[in-house]
Amino acid sequence: MEYEWDFSLLAQNYPVLLRGLLVTVELWLPSMALGLALGLGLGLARLAGSRWLARPALLYVELFRDTPVLIQLIWFFYAFPILVGVQLSPFTAALLALTLNTSAYCAEIVRGGIQSVPKGQFEGAKALGMSRHQAMRRIILPQVVRRMLPAFTNRGIELAKVTSLASVLSVHELMYQGRLLSSTYYRPLEILTTVAIVYFVLIYPGSFLSARLERRLAARS
Amino acid sequence: MTNPLPETRGALLDVQDLHKSFGPHEVLRGIDLAVMPGERVAIIGGSGSGKSTLLRCLNFMEVPTRGRIALDGRALGRTGRDGTVAYPEGELCRVRRRVGMVFQQFNLFPHMTAVENVMEALVTVKGTPRREARARAEAELAKVGLAEKRDAYPSRLSGGQQQRVAIARALAMDPEILLFDEPTSSLDPELVGEVLRVIRGLAEEGRTMLLVTHELGFAYHVATKVVFLADGRFYETGTPDEVLKHPRGERTRSFLARHSEFAF
Ligand SMILES: Nc1ncnc2c1ncn2[C@@H]1O[C@H](COP(=O)(O)OP(=O)(O)O)[C@@H](O)[C@H]1O
Ligand SMILES: [Mg+2]
Repeated sequence: MEYEWDFSLLAQNYPVLLRGLLVTVELWLPSMALGLALGLGLGLARLAGSRWLARPALLYVELFRDTPVLIQLIWFFYAFPILVGVQLSPFTAALLALTLNTSAYCAEIVRGGIQSVPKGQFEGAKALGMSRHQAMRRIILPQVVRRMLPAFTNRGIELAKVTSLASVLSVHELMYQGRLLSSTYYRPLEILTTVAIVYFVLIYPGSFLSARLERRLAARS
Repeated sequence: MTNPLPETRGALLDVQDLHKSFGPHEVLRGIDLAVMPGERVAIIGGSGSGKSTLLRCLNFMEVPTRGRIALDGRALGRTGRDGTVAYPEGELCRVRRRVGMVFQQFNLFPHMTAVENVMEALVTVKGTPRREARARAEAELAKVGLAEKRDAYPSRLSGGQQQRVAIARALAMDPEILLFDEPTSSLDPELVGEVLRVIRGLAEEGRTMLLVTHELGFAYHVATKVVFLADGRFYETGTPDEVLKHPRGERTRSFLARHSEFAF
């Protein structure tokens, strides 16, 4: 079969894809940053002496890790508003779901990282009169942040891909725009291939960076 | 077999009826100990007899199950109406500043240089300005013979050097009491001497210290008092000469026989 490639419609419609790409980035980076910050808090809560902090944090983490992201996205758009009585825009619902989902995974990275620090480090800090908070901030976290970087980068890569699921809520991100164009022009091969390439170009640098980082850290230890 | 205790008035550290359990396992079963200013107490005993636990209770790395600890005449913790003692975290942090500890495994902070290790708590805990803290830290490092190594990371130091940095780090806080938990046990034999020399120097300054050690010869020369711990109690207490050379208890004798390689 001889297929006639036709990229001319892409030349006309690329601003649509670019707008989609912008929305993808607007979903991706803020939910990563917020998810990281929230995940740090949750990870610390998981290790807190108090059960009243540790138990709910555990439940939260498990809920988000053990259910599909797709149901989380849909739930925050259709179900959550009924609970709180405020309608969310598709974008806000997606941002919320992706942030909370990311925070659960980051919490596990933080918890694992902190637990990998030898107990003697806490002891050394404590014996000098440092409070838990001081020990965490000055002694423990500086040692684990570097070690956690590859895992965080991987999470970021995963999240970039997962943002495409927001298309089911009609968030006008890259995937959504691609599907719209492809069904409008009946040119799925050109359009969806282009969309895939755009995702690749967006994500590959992170992947490359992560692999290098991992190798550097492995060489050091 | 425990000797009656000397009077405890004027004691810098006064421990009464100290108990510590981990779950159902009672590790310390009633320890009484008074340490006068300038006294150096060597704690000896078999592995698992509770030596570390005892030291760790004294700076509240472990919270005692029962009993009281007084520092410079003031009992620590708050007694509730039902007689239980609560130890607020803030008070324990203040106590730990006054009671320095040196660990068998050094526990230096690997992401900081030697001088940063020593100045860290001065800055974070005591709020000393960085310049001043650095000067103090350098002085302490010089005192343990490591002025040249101030910018080295712990991974670049030998075990003996790491332990000396750890001692400098404890000293920088101006502790009233120093606790040493087998400070030379994880060192290669040829590095033991340099650490013991530093500790001996501190003894000569008249510092108050408690030392868990298997270096019985060192204990004999440096300690003012030796206690033999067995089954969570002081089985025998006395001067180094009494306990190490003329032990009265059966268990003390057999313990010393197993460590007969030491020479006074
Ligand atoms: N954190 C802990 N939890 C449970 N058991 C402990 C803990 N620390 C010490 N123990 C137990 O207490 C006993 C005394 O330990 P330790 O004080 O370390 O002895 P030593 O220093 O004389 O070798 C051992 O049986 C040990 O297993
Ligand atoms: Mg021990």
